[in-house]
Amino acid sequence: MNIKADFPTLIEETDYGTPESRAEKQVTLTVDGRSITVPEGTSIMRAAMEGGVEIPKLCATDMLDSFGSCRVCLVEIEGRGGTPASCTTPVGEGMVVHTQTDRLDAIRRGVMELYVSDHPTGWNEKAGTGASEFDAVAKSVGLAENRYGVEGRNHVHENGVAPGHGSLAVDYIARDETNPYFSYDPAQCIVCSRCVRACEEVQGTFALTIEGRGFESRMVAGMHEDFIASECVSCGACVQACPTDALREKTVLEKGLPERSAVTTCAYCGVGCSFKAEVKDDEVVRMMPYKDGKANHGHSCVKGRFAYGYATHKDRILSPMIREKITDPWREVSWEEAIAHTASEFRRIQYQYGRGAVGGITSSRCTNEETYLVQKLVRQGFLNNNVDTCARVCHSPTGYGLGQTYGTSAGTQDFDSVEFTDVALIIGANPASAHPVFASRLKKRLRQGAKLIVIDPRRTEMVKSAHIEAAYHLPLKPGTNVAVLTSLAHVIVTEGLFDEAFIRERCDWAEFQDWASFVALPENSPEAISKLTGVDPELVRGAARLYAKGGNGAIYYGLGVTEHSQGSTTVMAIANLAMATGNIGRPGVGVNPLRGQNNVQGSCDMGSFPHELPGYRHISGEAVRDIYESLWGVKLDNEPGLRIPNMLDAAVDGSFKGIYIQGEDILQSDPDTKHVAGGLAAMECVVVHDLFLNETANYAHVFLPGSTFLEKDGTFTNAERRINMVRKVLEPKARYADWEATQELARAIGLDWNYTHPSEIMDEIAKTTPSFAGVSFELLDRVGSVQWPCNEKAPLGTPIMHVDGFVRGKGKFIRTEYVATDERTGPRYPLLLTTGRILSQYNVGAQTRRTENSMWHSEDRLEIHPHDAENRGVRDGDWVRLASRSGETTLRALITDRVSPGVVYTTFHHPDTQANVITTDFSDWATNCPEYKVTAVQVAPSNGPTEWQKDYNEQARQSRRIKGHLEAAE
Amino acid sequence: MSLQPASTEIAARTAAVISEMKGLEGPLLPILHGVQEEFGYVPQEALLVIADALNLSRAEVHGVATFYHDYRKQPAGRHVLKLCQAEACQSMGSDAIAAKVKQALGVGFHETAKDNSVTLEPVYCLGLCACAPSAMLDGQVIGRLDDEAIDEIVAEVRR
Repeated sequence: MNIKADFPTLIEETDYGTPESRAEKQVTLTVDGRSITVPEGTSIMRAAMEGGVEIPKLCATDMLDSFGSCRVCLVEIEGRGGTPASCTTPVGEGMVVHTQTDRLDAIRRGVMELYVSDHPTGWNEKAGTGASEFDAVAKSVGLAENRYGVEGRNHVHENGVAPGHGSLAVDYIARDETNPYFSYDPAQCIVCSRCVRACEEVQGTFALTIEGRGFESRMVAGMHEDFIASECVSCGACVQACPTDALREKTVLEKGLPERSAVTTCAYCGVGCSFKAEVKDDEVVRMMPYKDGKANHGHSCVKGRFAYGYATHKDRILSPMIREKITDPWREVSWEEAIAHTASEFRRIQYQYGRGAVGGITSSRCTNEETYLVQKLVRQGFLNNNVDTCARVCHSPTGYGLGQTYGTSAGTQDFDSVEFTDVALIIGANPASAHPVFASRLKKRLRQGAKLIVIDPRRTEMVKSAHIEAAYHLPLKPGTNVAVLTSLAHVIVTEGLFDEAFIRERCDWAEFQDWASFVALPENSPEAISKLTGVDPELVRGAARLYAKGGNGAIYYGLGVTEHSQGSTTVMAIANLAMATGNIGRPGVGVNPLRGQNNVQGSCDMGSFPHELPGYRHISGEAVRDIYESLWGVKLDNEPGLRIPNMLDAAVDGSFKGIYIQGEDILQSDPDTKHVAGGLAAMECVVVHDLFLNETANYAHVFLPGSTFLEKDGTFTNAERRINMVRKVLEPKARYADWEATQELARAIGLDWNYTHPSEIMDEIAKTTPSFAGVSFELLDRVGSVQWPCNEKAPLGTPIMHVDGFVRGKGKFIRTEYVATDERTGPRYPLLLTTGRILSQYNVGAQTRRTENSMWHSEDRLEIHPHDAENRGVRDGDWVRLASRSGETTLRALITDRVSPGVVYTTFHHPDTQANVITTDFSDWATNCPEYKVTAVQVAPSNGPTEWQKDYNEQARQSRRIKGHLEAAE
Repeated sequence: MSLQPASTEIAARTAAVISEMKGLEGPLLPILHGVQEEFGYVPQEALLVIADALNLSRAEVHGVATFYHDYRKQPAGRHVLKLCQAEACQSMGSDAIAAKVKQALGVGFHETAKDNSVTLEPVYCLGLCACAPSAMLDGQVIGRLDDEAIDEIVAEVRR
């Protein structure tokens, strides 16, 4: 397929200059003779643009509130004196506006002349791209002369570049190139403040400011620091906002402006931001956030905006490879040979060990279509249900808990809902690091006055950062979520704060009464549980009152809820709270799981679990099996298959021998690394389908090179159930997009698959899955995105669920008894380890570690409270040994009071750290989701890596050898 | 050289100033005034403490502190002399006055004398246009500057 023909042009989004007004009342005015009708409160600038009249502007952009500082957007209004700024002047009924008059032309030219007297354009030196908004405005106002000379105070480049200059100008400041992705050239800055306002209004970090005043005014990061040393989180909002080339992407400065673009979806976290992938010469030169993206509305974070370099990293494997034994070096082979070999191995294993001896793992990084095909391969081709997905280790309790209580395995809201939230309750999530674009939207709402409650063992950035302060932070002991949530319910019930009308109408009243009598027991009171949880009872009472009575209450939660032995119980406790307070079924409320990976929602929807067909329909249901049996022409196994941990157990026992793993690194991401390694080592055919030789590939016999999200068409489903388009902008570097490789494998084992485009796979999904019945690529192309359920009842999707009643009928209250985890601290392991993420890195780091993002986080550190550190003689930056009952590793300490005494914290982005050597194999009682968030550990000073780490690294090095290649320097 | 306090001491003294004024509406400017009064200047370390206490970013505090020339980055000399350089005073010869003062004190604008006796600064209008050229010494305004007045000022700061 010719990609260039598919998206031949660069998408240019209209900048209306000021934000949209949401007023209902309409106002009609005349601009340059055209009659225009807009909502009351719209600026003249925006109204003109909507009517097709573009007014020149510099300090205005529709992502930001109007500011009125640049003085080029002036207009004349009949019957009014002067020349008001069109960005700050609202429209009025019957107003007659002129945007092009001789007087305005003269003023605008005069203003621009002043600008260029202190800007590189003033001496025609092309300092940036020559195609900035500033350049365009200079041209549009007909700027022809510069009577003020070119000896500006700041624009002069070093040593005599400017005509007539032999030295630096007095206010010259050198370029700041410290950020790996963009540069800041103060000489090109016109101090319009767009970057500063973007950092404040859009991102909410407040890392930039205007220093000084008058002629000395300059934009600076932090307290006049290098960008990299400042509070800047490199989200790119300032670069996007800059109307000159003062802030510009380095790729654009180096490689030139993009020529073509396509709208696609970020492949990092579950927020699912829309981007324009901008391409020049078959290379992505920029990812620009797309303003029509419903999840991000034109915003981005450092990962989606800048960290796409892994797609062209030298570590990417582009040829299929096979080997007899995992101790052999890899041998590069053709796709045909690799596929034929894999198919014959799987056939052999099934013949030798039985039908159930093989299975597959779907990926939350891949598209819905690809995931669907992998589970179809297992069910139709392997004729068993041994398919699982990485969601097992993150949000499987969400599926179970919300399914039980509400009837759907997904969040109840869209992200826009946060704009109507009055009280946000965050549990076990750190959106500022893991879901940054959502965090920016939440912070914006908090700055407007919404209140925040944070339940987290760690004082995260959401608890306190610039302009953000949680009303209540409940720093609980890891593993006591259920106790805390039940005590919140205790306060709500015993103080009569529940919403009786809602409960009587929407829920089962008898079940409520049973639940209420349970939570009201004295042992569930905040006072009683404080001994277990370490949380001040007054904080619990305050938080409960605020959530119940503070207006629209919305709960957002993450893996700190699910990755526990009581993960499913915690999800139910959350669901109970929302029902009891009537916070379900309208904008601003709800229960919102923050999904970790780009398509973890989608991979769950697509039938990746061993007991479910697409759309969460149990495999034992005959009617559901019928649909697929008649379409696929096979008899499906009606018993659930093996989960990932069961597959590994079976491998160790000798009954499970072959696995096809698409886009997941189970060795690094799954608990108890040694157990995973043991299971993989016991298998006879491990097929890894990935971009890189990941850690799991150390145990693989076949490696199939994967494709990045830039190299394929398809869809991702984000945390708000939104199905977003992924569009191919580059040809697959390794010949096949992942869905094509799976199809080749299916054909090789004898299946008659003939998909020519992922849209056909989606058509099959729509045909067989009621909640997707209305979805098609044609619809998505037309409307941008939809949230499932999307069918006859909701042809354009469902932003908010359970509006008129719960999907399951009556909402179900379930008792949530607190059962302490079996993982306990004791004299040998007195500390509790919990794990999390950091902004610049993503998951196991396979992608972000291969980008400049490592400048911010080059290693995993162990956060430890000063008190615990001092007791152990540990200083900041020291190597420490971290040991649990499962294993030990070493890493460097970071002393901080973000964690409470008795709690230590680390991230798991780097394979060297092997944090999951430490974690135990305890897991959620309902879903087997591993208990990553609680491990009893001891910390002691150390000299360096453990024997395990050394052995592991040597084994990894050995197993990554490829015949005919020099060993990688890494 | 004046001895500047250690950063832990700055943090503690800044915290005391903050606790006194935090309840005010728009407390940043009063706190910066208080800090300047406390230390004679606004130490960089104090800005960090203020940012944290008011839940502002350090960029914001830096932006405000640098906007106002009266918040000093370094301690001033024992005396502070400001010479008005605005339009009315210029028309009445303030340029020449400034040159003479600089010569007599041996310092330029924005400089402090080596013996720490005086810091010289330009100011843009003291509201004394009717008595131009004008100046301000340690908060006291002086009108109709002439050679005699300059001599008196120099004598005062040298004392």
